[in-house]
Amino acid sequence: LQDIRNTVGNIPMEWYQDFPHIGYNLDGKKIYKPIRNKDELDMFLEKMENPDYWRTVQDKMTGADIKLTDEQVDLVHRLQKGQFGDVHFDPYEPAVDFFTHEVMIHPVTNRPADKRSFIPSLIEKEKVSKLVHAIKMGWIKPRKPKDDTPTYYDLWAHEDPNSILGRHKMHVPAPKMKLPGHEESYNPPPEYLLSEEEKLAWEQQEPAERKLNFVPQQYQCLRAVPAYSRFIHERFERCLDLYLCPRQRKMRVNVDPEDLIPKLPKPRDLQPFPTTQALVYRGHTSLVRCLSVSPSGQWLVSGSDDCTVRFWEVCTARCMKTLPVGGVVKSVAWNPNATICLVAICVEQSVLLVNPCLGDKLLYGATDQLLESYVAPEEERVQPVQWVTATMEEHSKGVRLVVQHSKAVKQVTWHGKGDYFASVVSDNSNMQVLIHQTSKRWSQNPFRKSKGLVQCVLFHPIRPYFFVATQRYVRVYNLLKQELTKKLMTNCKWVSSMAIHPGGDNIICGSYDSKLAWFDLDLSTRPYQLLRHHKKALRSVAFHKHYPLFASGSDDGTVIVCHGMVYNDLLQNPLLVPVKVLKGHVLTLDLGVLDVLFHPTQPWVFSSGADGTVRLYT
Amino acid sequence: MGGLEKKKYERGSATNYITRNRARKKLQLSLPDFRRLCILKGIYPHEPKHKKKVNKGSTAARTFYLLKDIKFLLHEPIVNKFREYKVFVRKLRKAYGKSEWSTVDRLKDNKPSYKLDHIVKERYPTFVDALRDLDDALSMCFLFSTFPRSGKCHVQTIQLCRRLAVEFLNYVIVSRSLRKVFLSIKGIYYQAEVLGQPVTWITPYAFAHDHPTDVDYRVMATFTEFYTTLLGFVNFRLYQSLNLLYPPKIDGQADVELKPAEGKEYAMDSESYLEKLSALSASLARAVAPTHEDEVEMDEFPVEGETAEQLDARKKEQEALEKHKKLFEGLRFFLNREVPREPLAFIIRCFGGQVSWDKSLCIGATYDVSDPSITHQIVDRPRVERQVVGRYYLQPQWVFDSVNAKLCLPVADYFPGVLLPPHLSPFVTEQEGDYVPPEKLKLLAMQRGENPDEESEEEEEEEEEEEEEDDNDKEEEEEDESEKEEEMKLKKLEEQKTQSSKALPVKVTAGKVRLEDKQRLEQEQQSEEKRLAIMMMKKREKYLYKKIMFGKKRKVREANKLAAKRKAHDTAVKEEKKKSKKAR
Repeated sequence: LQDIRNTVGNIPMEWYQDFPHIGYNLDGKKIYKPIRNKDELDMFLEKMENPDYWRTVQDKMTGADIKLTDEQVDLVHRLQKGQFGDVHFDPYEPAVDFFTHEVMIHPVTNRPADKRSFIPSLIEKEKVSKLVHAIKMGWIKPRKPKDDTPTYYDLWAHEDPNSILGRHKMHVPAPKMKLPGHEESYNPPPEYLLSEEEKLAWEQQEPAERKLNFVPQQYQCLRAVPAYSRFIHERFERCLDLYLCPRQRKMRVNVDPEDLIPKLPKPRDLQPFPTTQALVYRGHTSLVRCLSVSPSGQWLVSGSDDCTVRFWEVCTARCMKTLPVGGVVKSVAWNPNATICLVAICVEQSVLLVNPCLGDKLLYGATDQLLESYVAPEEERVQPVQWVTATMEEHSKGVRLVVQHSKAVKQVTWHGKGDYFASVVSDNSNMQVLIHQTSKRWSQNPFRKSKGLVQCVLFHPIRPYFFVATQRYVRVYNLLKQELTKKLMTNCKWVSSMAIHPGGDNIICGSYDSKLAWFDLDLSTRPYQLLRHHKKALRSVAFHKHYPLFASGSDDGTVIVCHGMVYNDLLQNPLLVPVKVLKGHVLTLDLGVLDVLFHPTQPWVFSSGADGTVRLYT
Repeated sequence: MGGLEKKKYERGSATNYITRNRARKKLQLSLPDFRRLCILKGIYPHEPKHKKKVNKGSTAARTFYLLKDIKFLLHEPIVNKFREYKVFVRKLRKAYGKSEWSTVDRLKDNKPSYKLDHIVKERYPTFVDALRDLDDALSMCFLFSTFPRSGKCHVQTIQLCRRLAVEFLNYVIVSRSLRKVFLSIKGIYYQAEVLGQPVTWITPYAFAHDHPTDVDYRVMATFTEFYTTLLGFVNFRLYQSLNLLYPPKIDGQADVELKPAEGKEYAMDSESYLEKLSALSASLARAVAPTHEDEVEMDEFPVEGETAEQLDARKKEQEALEKHKKLFEGLRFFLNREVPREPLAFIIRCFGGQVSWDKSLCIGATYDVSDPSITHQIVDRPRVERQVVGRYYLQPQWVFDSVNAKLCLPVADYFPGVLLPPHLSPFVTEQEGDYVPPEKLKLLAMQRGENPDEESEEEEEEEEEEEEEDDNDKEEEEEDESEKEEEMKLKKLEEQKTQSSKALPVKVTAGKVRLEDKQRLEQEQQSEEKRLAIMMMKKREKYLYKKIMFGKKRKVREANKLAAKRKAHDTAVKEEKKKSKKAR
């Protein structure tokens, strides 16, 4: 037998993994690994055929297979059972008392005691003195006496009211947790379960936004109910709420909503006012921008984007006359003087003065005569505009005079007496507002400086005042003294229209930010009331001449008629009550009502809309 | 002019508040210690009215405390204890590091400890205050008592929580103060009326928790520390009020019964004490022997300004309450091993019933399954193999529903394997306009003493017969009807709205068509008037009004939605029934 002891020592044998040898023998020669070319099949066959396969182990040091002897196998068995390796070792030998446990009178050894057992120990002394010193210095404290008071006792035995401090009165107790509703039941009524869509919506919501912090679920019986996985979370969140949430006492408003509605006089008591749509004036093919009614109330004139001006009989809705003017009509105004039959029409850069030749022949004849009786002054004065007499062709249509401006004209409005009229030019300069006198064919520019984009102008019905509305302010000028008397702050972003109460002390302003501001000129320069009735921009506002009514037309297609009573008593504030919402106009191009106007004598209101109609409500 | 320049933020609200960090610095505490102190003392942050002013012009998000609160904390003796503890930990660590074991022992002997008694007294100057705040304390203790005795917190805390919870349950049993119970998917809610205060708590279902990692157990442990102290004192006081011994002792004779008959020792007495107590089956020993003369009829002291009707109603209520307390009196229950023993035993005992369970399930079983006197056996399995004659086999929901209904419900709906009726929350009190599930209506009718069951069944049968005759027509009709109904409902609502403000006596005489038209016109006019009046509201009032109306509308919408859902469900169920019938 050859001695194949390996000399590499106790090393991990993996180090030799990649080599053909596995170590060195005593002579320093390489020990080669036994040739192993057995595959799985060979292994299996060997396992099946070799009866000693179970006792064959591989020697890690040499790589050779070794068959264990019977003794070795026995040893392994014993060790596996937890017995001693040596067969002959008896762990349960009877104990032998070498020294008796009883104390005998004679010592076991007769050796004399040490000297050190008689003298005090120096080391101990050192230690003790250290401890004594530490105790003296108070570094070591005696063990605390055990607290033997009961843990729980009657804490509230002596409740004295003095112990309730101010703190307790200030204390806001934490609100209790919300009590569970039906939907939290393990077996809720079926209507509380979420449908598929609701569940999906629930899942997509942020956890903080969810109304329920769980999905309602139904279980057939109690034993099927699982543990709630977020139980600890919820307790923890409650803890966080308790010590992290600021607490506040919130006063809950406990009002009956009906009490909030103001008590207004009933509209029925405030009659008359227009309530129903009576007539529709059809004929225009495009939006009707402007309306005007004759002082007698018999005729109505409307100007439209289809470049025509139409004259209607109010009572019959009959179109009496159509006047093509060759441009978009921005504004029309009937002369308020009943003895003069004249209409001012804004067409592009000019204002046409038209005699409609309607009604009393004497009347319109007189008007023509009045216009013809003009004698030009000797010396030519420089004017901001040109007054041109109409050509024959135009004359036959009714046009009498043309006032040519330098820029497009936006608005024209008559003075109450019917001689003067003002026009607004869309311009940035001081030439925006011009005042014309018809009888003298004379125009003047009242302002030296521009104060912003002028939206509309208005004459005071009685006094020599002139109102100019720019985007955000309304300026009131005294024409006689030629000075600014007042500046009204509208609190609106962009004023669209303005109307004055026949009494002359109150003004309403409509604005494109859907507000209507009522000014009491005696009261303040700020609005007495801001009415937000419309949903969209206001296009036009109007006052009635006699009745305490005013109306506003808006882009939302409605006309709102309000009762606006002004009292002669200066102490009493005006009473504003909305009385009727009139609907009828169809929204076209996002525009609804473009102009509203009251009949001069009757409680009727006209409105013109973007749908090309004019409507009369009575 | 003249005088010193006024500096900003040196007066006014800026001086009343202090940020958390500054408060911490003022108290010289670390953040965890500060948090603990705030929890123990019940100090919470405040939201200043003008945050920017208080924040010295900055808009950064900060937590503010009232300066007064922080000054109040300065005088707290616990703060010193915190500091001592910190020092103790430092010394201990040092001793460990140097392996000075004797020092370690010595230090451990002198470990600083603190008591929270004075804080409890200070936070709740009267006992009623403490009772009002008991909800969270109970829920927390019940949760902690279910924690495993490893890891998350000290074993002592868990044991203490368990003890206190069990003591409280025993008190509720003895005082019979349980009022409502609710099986939710989160756990079981209980509501007891303790000395006139409603106390609600929730216990989780008895399963192992999977402990979430995003929860700070230190915070919870601090809360529990306070709550255990509070609950201990409350328990003491409650036991005292009933003349019971505290800590509770099991009544002598019951104790004998409880001992296993075979003479086999179950466990040491000290160990089994809590288990016996938590079995909830034994009565407790009283400090003073109860005398029956105690239950003297209460004299009546009519409160001034109270009418006879009110007095009567109160008396009736009192009687109902007494009856409710004795709901299960005389009934003997047996709990099968698959039903949750503790909640059921607790509830049944609270209402005077006797209860037992399998002996191998828990200590404290008083009688066996085979006992012939058992009236109800609570079972939660699809079917029972061998049924004993003379007792009802019921699902556990019956107990809960009966307690909530304040009467023993008919048992037929709750037999094993039967589809259970919905379990409703007893905490919901429906106001007018809210959605009321039909089961609740039925229950209310039953409580009033009517028996709606028979009628409805008859009706159903009739309906079914009819349905078989003309199926399609009926459906259409139903749809029409439902639409009409909705319209009517809307109309009614409108009417109510308009009439509530005006209360116009609208008269309708029969046979005249035009009158109705008039009525409608009038209504329209009124609604228009209202609309116009709303236009004239002030901005702020309008906002408020719109908000209120929005809330009301939402409520109606939600109720309608639930009703519609229910209707759809019912029709679906009916269809299915019919189909199965036809198939047969």
